[in-house]
Amino acid sequence: MKTAAQTVLPGKTRPQDVVLSVRNLAVDIRTYRGTVRAVNGVGFEARAGETLALLGESGCGKSMTAKALAGIMDPVCDLAGGEIVLNGTDLAALTPKERLKFAGPELGIVFQDALTALNPVYTVGTQLGEAFRIHQGLSAREAKVQAIELMKRVGIPEPQSRVNSYPHQFSGGMRQRILIAMAVALNPRLLIADEPTTALDVTVQAQIMQLLRKLREEGQMAVVLITHDLAVVAEEADSVAVMYAGNVVESGPVSEVFSDPRHPYTKGLLESVPVHVERGAHLQSIAGSPPELHDIPSGCVYQSRCPLVQDICRAERPRLLPVNGSAANNHSETLPSRPGRATACHFSEELNNA
Amino acid sequence: MPEPLLQIDGLCKTFHVAKSASGNTRLKALDGISLTVGRGETLGLVGESGCGKSTLARTLMMLETPDEGTVTFEGTNPFGLRGKELLSWRRRVQMVFQDPFASLNARMSAGDIVSEPWATHRSLYPSPRERQARVGELLQMVGLRPSDARKSPQEFSGGQRQRIGIARALALNPDVIILDEPVSALDLSVQAQVLNLLNDIQQELGVSYIFISHDLTVVRHVADRVAVMYLGRIIETGNTEEVFDHPRHPYTAALMSASPKLDVTGATRDRIVLKGELPSPLDPPSGCRFRTRCWKAQDICADVAPEPRVTAGEDGALHLAECHFPLETIKGLTAATTTAG
Repeated sequence: MKTAAQTVLPGKTRPQDVVLSVRNLAVDIRTYRGTVRAVNGVGFEARAGETLALLGESGCGKSMTAKALAGIMDPVCDLAGGEIVLNGTDLAALTPKERLKFAGPELGIVFQDALTALNPVYTVGTQLGEAFRIHQGLSAREAKVQAIELMKRVGIPEPQSRVNSYPHQFSGGMRQRILIAMAVALNPRLLIADEPTTALDVTVQAQIMQLLRKLREEGQMAVVLITHDLAVVAEEADSVAVMYAGNVVESGPVSEVFSDPRHPYTKGLLESVPVHVERGAHLQSIAGSPPELHDIPSGCVYQSRCPLVQDICRAERPRLLPVNGSAANNHSETLPSRPGRATACHFSEELNNA
Repeated sequence: MPEPLLQIDGLCKTFHVAKSASGNTRLKALDGISLTVGRGETLGLVGESGCGKSTLARTLMMLETPDEGTVTFEGTNPFGLRGKELLSWRRRVQMVFQDPFASLNARMSAGDIVSEPWATHRSLYPSPRERQARVGELLQMVGLRPSDARKSPQEFSGGQRQRIGIARALALNPDVIILDEPVSALDLSVQAQVLNLLNDIQQELGVSYIFISHDLTVVRHVADRVAVMYLGRIIETGNTEEVFDHPRHPYTAALMSASPKLDVTGATRDRIVLKGELPSPLDPPSGCRFRTRCWKAQDICADVAPEPRVTAGEDGALHLAECHFPLETIKGLTAATTTAG
């Protein structure tokens, strides 16, 4: 986790600055059965103009991480440690009131379900203008003008008349555009998108992803994309952090992680997708299911489902360590590895022979 | 194609709804659907929300009565049946639902859930002993333990619950199982387990599947044939490889193109991003329904609804597309890279 932050090469191959640097983030949930750690020592960084994907299955802590970044955790959740450095400021050290200043100008968030994220009793114009009124002190009339501009920017037809409509009068795709417009209203440096297209049809999903790409380029935003969809990661993200049971188990540039996974979980996920297999052929699947947060084993979090498991995996939790060159691939000589390629596995070297 | 088991001809279903913006109160959810399902085959049904997939499934389950058209199941029309004959027909078409959390009664044990269909179909396993043995067999068939029969749904994970749902559908030894998004609520690693299970069951029992899904990757993997729906019509149908590799209808091509691909080579591909969204089924466009979003649309598309056009597939099987200007290409997508709009 720390290593990931250290290996940044400013201005060398990529001019992109690190906008967000998360280190050792931990989140606890208080439950009836005791306190559980839902996010455990998560670290990653997001660069301007790039997309970082947090990839994982339900319950892995990816959405919890997003909420911790945005400072909107449920009351039963506590930030148990770590740093969230956004543009030089550690958000984790601020009071909730101080953090409010960042919500909007520095950081925007897009949620999965646009209908519940929007307030049904206010017009979209009012909701879109809110950011301008709060942060820039604009009048209601001025804010509405800005809202119309925003609606144009995200491709909502007839913004002049639609600005006075209510959320339920829009289709799912248009609602998602409104939500995105709210998030980017003040040109934040960081955009968190939590499963932004999961509820949408594929043709609309393609439109929304195109819009997010456009806005990312225009504003040179860093995007943290939270998703469970490997294909979306492959198409949209520059780098990826794979999460399992509250831990980042593998991270690095998408092209490298997906073509040469160094954690058995990543490998298992990639093999579960029915591509490049004959129709109807038996799919590789990962046996079992993820551990309950209440009883995460003390060693490696993946031990109960791992085909490579040994005694050391049960005794000692592997740390997220840099991968030393992709030995299996010759092309790694010519393509310099982007910083941040790391895996948390005792047997990452043996994985390809498994 | 295997021998047709289920034949659907010109099926129409109109719902009457409260007044819409245009004053139209008739929603044509199905508008002349024709399909066949062969014995032991998997038909993939693909389309976006609101296209009529679920209405079609509900009609086949006889939960809706069609306004027009016929369903023929081994030569008989189930909608003409009454009483015992109807009951025995209902046994033969079963369904697995999308949400494994909502589709199982939390107050019943897994065993009760799987054996509940026999409360209606009493003659199937008359004695309690037979039932208990059969529940054990069914649970084993779906990869659970017979002792799991005593557990309640909350004690199972999502994937295991979906297995219970599958066991329940198998309880009546059906000929056709309608799978309505059976894996879309499941995590990827579990999804593969359930797809494997469905495949094994089909191999063993020779049951036919109607597999409804929005996930094209999954459909490509499981389906023998694919039907693509758009606004209440089937706009393209053919063998899976044919339709996926050489789509003839622009909508099919756009759908394939829009669906994200797991391609790690990093090659950027040309993508067809359609303009706009699905028009309201209350006010479908005149002529071809897809013309408002189609980049190939001409005047004729607004005036004349295209007839299904047979384009002989490369493998000689029937490949139908409802389009005035079907994509000619052999390479399918690559020649259709003109970005729409």
